[in-house]
Amino acid sequence: MNKILKIKDLGKRYHTNNAEIVAIEDISFDVFEGDFISIVGPSGCGKSTLLSIMSGIIPKSFGNIDIKDGYSIAYMLQDDSLLPFRTVLENCLIGLEITKKNTEENKKYVIKLLNTYGLGDFINKYPNSLSGGMRQRVALIRTLAIKPDILLLDEATSSLDYQTSLAISNDIYNIIKSEGKTAILVTHDIGLAISMSDKVYVLSKRPATIKKCYEIKIDKSLSPIERRMDTEFSYYYDKIWKDLDVYV
Amino acid sequence: MSMFSNEHKLYLKMNRIRRIKIICFQIIIVLLFLVLWEILARKNIINDFLFSSPTKIINTFISLFQNGSLFRHIKITIIEIIISFFSTSTLSFFIAAVMWWFPTFYKVCDPYITIMNSLPKVALGPLIIIWFGAGFKSIIFMALTISIFTSILNMYQAFINTNDSYILMAKSFRASKWQTFIKIIFPASISDIIVTLKINISMCLIGLLPPVGEKIFFNKCYSRY
Repeated sequence: MNKILKIKDLGKRYHTNNAEIVAIEDISFDVFEGDFISIVGPSGCGKSTLLSIMSGIIPKSFGNIDIKDGYSIAYMLQDDSLLPFRTVLENCLIGLEITKKNTEENKKYVIKLLNTYGLGDFINKYPNSLSGGMRQRVALIRTLAIKPDILLLDEATSSLDYQTSLAISNDIYNIIKSEGKTAILVTHDIGLAISMSDKVYVLSKRPATIKKCYEIKIDKSLSPIERRMDTEFSYYYDKIWKDLDVYV
Repeated sequence: MSMFSNEHKLYLKMNRIRRIKIICFQIIIVLLFLVLWEILARKNIINDFLFSSPTKIINTFISLFQNGSLFRHIKITIIEIIISFFSTSTLSFFIAAVMWWFPTFYKVCDPYITIMNSLPKVALGPLIIIWFGAGFKSIIFMALTISIFTSILNMYQAFINTNDSYILMAKSFRASKWQTFIKIIFPASISDIIVTLKINISMCLIGLLPPVGEKIFFNKCYSRY
């Protein structure tokens, strides 16, 4: 297996006037090419912080993030953040514009992705004419446009209603698998994590650290929705639910 | 049209009649106002030296038009508007952008801009004449002081009100500050900027018009008649 990302003893401290907050602490794990990893944790534990550090949006306080040479990371945010003043195609091209890779060839690749994933008729439409699920797919294609090897997904479906989020989890899974990407998904949704991933890491409460790791042994040929119906699914669900130790 | 039922035709007809009625009423109100004004002036119920009258205005307009001075004054006023509008708008855009770029600069400036904005700028008129002389420069400066602080604050608000998730998205592609401004902040603020520009036009006019601008400083405008 080709190890492409190594996270070692990662930690983050925030400073405020009143206190110093340790958000995450001693997080270590390896990512292999083609992996689909989920990170589940109680709300507010620092899941999004972890992705923001991995993507380079915010600096880390301790530890190391080593990416294998020639591999790149892209970050798909929780919010689709489609720009209302750009068309669907222009939205998908913004990453290429910013990274100065806006070539004809890359533009063709984006148009191909849009066509493949059912957005062909909306290329020149504005985001306000899209449904929630379509917006999420556009956001994913915008992230894929810069041809990253590793995708960081932050609560990829949380902004959608339950049924749409089930359907879009299938879509996202298929897109990521057929484009041959490695993915790291951060979510509060236990079911989503089990149904999408090969491996699930469970984080503790703040300061977040890895508490448990589960290899999901449900048939890989099944789609995320089909996996939810597998008997093993409820076994993992129960385990992770108990690990999270949620009380309100 | 032939596809519509008679009921629908009637509905469309009633709509048209309603629109025409509204326009008629609007015209009638203006006419009534002018006629009433004229009658009150002629019967000396209102002082026509202070309030003038429609016929007096028309006569003055015709005589100004005949001796050619009307267009000279209109031209000067328009030039003043254009110069003060463009200088206010570009200057305030630039300052607001710098304030967005350097948050510390904004924090330092904020109280001063608020104080300057709340000054009764018209009262500065005499001082401005002393500084710039009774001329064109004073008028432009007056218009600028009246409009620029509001304009800066409005544009800055537009910039910082840009949805945070758009900025985060740009950051996730490692956008530079300049890219974030050009690709996200500026296009996202355009509608607010346009509103500010509209306000600027009227604020600049306040700066130019009597008794603020032309009447005091520059005896060359339509308003002195």
